[in-house]
Amino acid sequence: MASPPDPLGPSANQARHTYVADGRPVGFFTDPTVCIGCKACEVACKEWNHVPEDGRVWTGHSYDNTGSLGASTWRHVKFQELGRRLGPQVAGPMTGEAERAFGWLFLSDVCKHCENAGCLEACPTGAILRTEVSSVYVQDDVCNGCGYCVVGCPFGVIDRRPAPLPGAGGAFKCTFCYDRQMGGLTPACAKACPTESIHFGPLDELRARAEQRVAALQARGFADAQVYNPVDTSVGGIHAFFLLLGPPEEFGLPPRPEVPTVYLRGAWISAAMTSTLAVLGACLALALF
Amino acid sequence: MPTPSDHGFEARLDALREEARRTGAVAEHGMAITGGPIPPAATAPSAYYGQPIVKAPVWTWQVGLYFFVGGTAGMSGVIALAGLVTGQPLAFVRAALGLAFAGALVSPALLIADLGRPTRFLNMLRVFKWRSAMSMGVWTLVAFSAFATCAFLLAAAFPLLTRAGVPPAALRALLFVSIAGAAGFGAVLATYTGVLLGATAVPVWSAHHRLLPFHFGVVALGSASAALELLGFRMAALQAIGLTVAAVETAVGAWIELTRRDAEARALTHGEAGLLLRTAGVCTGPATLVLRLAGWIPIAAVCFLLGAVLSRYGWLHAGRASARDPEETLAAQGAGRE
Repeated sequence: MASPPDPLGPSANQARHTYVADGRPVGFFTDPTVCIGCKACEVACKEWNHVPEDGRVWTGHSYDNTGSLGASTWRHVKFQELGRRLGPQVAGPMTGEAERAFGWLFLSDVCKHCENAGCLEACPTGAILRTEVSSVYVQDDVCNGCGYCVVGCPFGVIDRRPAPLPGAGGAFKCTFCYDRQMGGLTPACAKACPTESIHFGPLDELRARAEQRVAALQARGFADAQVYNPVDTSVGGIHAFFLLLGPPEEFGLPPRPEVPTVYLRGAWISAAMTSTLAVLGACLALALF
Repeated sequence: MPTPSDHGFEARLDALREEARRTGAVAEHGMAITGGPIPPAATAPSAYYGQPIVKAPVWTWQVGLYFFVGGTAGMSGVIALAGLVTGQPLAFVRAALGLAFAGALVSPALLIADLGRPTRFLNMLRVFKWRSAMSMGVWTLVAFSAFATCAFLLAAAFPLLTRAGVPPAALRALLFVSIAGAAGFGAVLATYTGVLLGATAVPVWSAHHRLLPFHFGVVALGSASAALELLGFRMAALQAIGLTVAAVETAVGAWIELTRRDAEARALTHGEAGLLLRTAGVCTGPATLVLRLAGWIPIAAVCFLLGAVLSRYGWLHAGRASARDPEETLAAQGAGRE
């Protein structure tokens, strides 16, 4: 049976590419409206990247037992249970009572590969760099585990891996499958995604695709459909962006993330003034008394 | 969550039985289970299941101590320069340099011990990055350690070198340059730690990115002065520094208590961090002020130093609590403010 043609055109998820050689910025566009919560992306990521098991816990948060992104979790499917209807969805009456609105959404979260990346700015060793495809990459053999990138990330993505896991002490996060991309392959999560909720491709194409998708959803009654891509903050946009139904807070995404370097100017001015005051004050005290 | 020993819950069961017996049905839906399939709309979590939005710092206990030791050593360099410029006895300058030198020895050890991979400490010295406060701090520490060591050794060997025939004018010039370097980089060493915390995604730190360098610097100056007093230098100038610093800290504490009561700064006044910071605030502020005015200088000095240590740990704890609290992150980003 032939599937109906995709109005947005075929995705690049299964194709080989030369983006690294071409130096073309790429990204992820993750669309929760077609995510089925299968977690194939999480498994694919762990297997390809040899990310160690970091504990098995029952969180009690719906079917999300992954918890959060971190040093050993680079894809994280969030399960959001909403006490409201999604768009024109019809919820049937339950046990004879009045209808109780209920919506379910799954969102595969990932490192955002920010335009102005807090982790990259914070790194004092040069271990974190920007690749040819404009992704943010941690060189594990350079990282000395100072931990400053951990507090530099406005999205809570990167973390230091605790002992006794392999590579303990270093900072880890999504590599955007840089190794696969160098070989012309799609990142493991996008390749494994059965519904193409995770789109991989050149940034400009993905942005156009996201706009089209939002327009299509809004036309179908999903009035709160929006693209989450904080371009108007100091982060300057993200290369792994999302479609959301509802506010970003519901998915644990910061509504107005700032790259922490915006605080440097004020902080250094304060430090310089305090330093000057301290020198003058000490001289004054010892001269007068 | 009710427990079997909860008498209130037993009463609740009695009420349910009574309602069922009387009306033949129970109208309520029961308790809302976190993450249950049908959450009541009113209790739907604002953030994702109350999970943190940003990561808490992974730094270990060495960092708080480093902030204290590095700050005290740095400001000791400043006091050494002030002593040299104002013509204090060489013993005073030497004592201040001794503190700076001791700090220059201990600080790198603490900093390296905190790294996830300590053997790669030198990787920090292959890069110079204006936009990383961590990188700038490391280079500041390197420069301070070099100048402080140089100044301490020169001051210690001053009589020996003069007797060996080195012209005193040249020695004096060299000593001045090294002490000036130790003072300059020392002052930055004592304040950059505030920049380090301020330029992060941790809401309570970034919300105070202007206060922190000032606060840490002032406390460091007070610590250096108090440490010199404990070494036996009872000087009116040190008392003046001590009183001024305690007065400033009293004002900072009062400002936090009076104006920083919103969700954005909840960690400063709540929980373990709040307790630490309040204790530190009392120790470095009003308590020191009273003890100094009463003339109990050594007790005042010890009280201040204790408060200075607690203060650094308090701010680190507050950062941890703040990062773990998604409401603080959202409040800092103006959610629910419009």
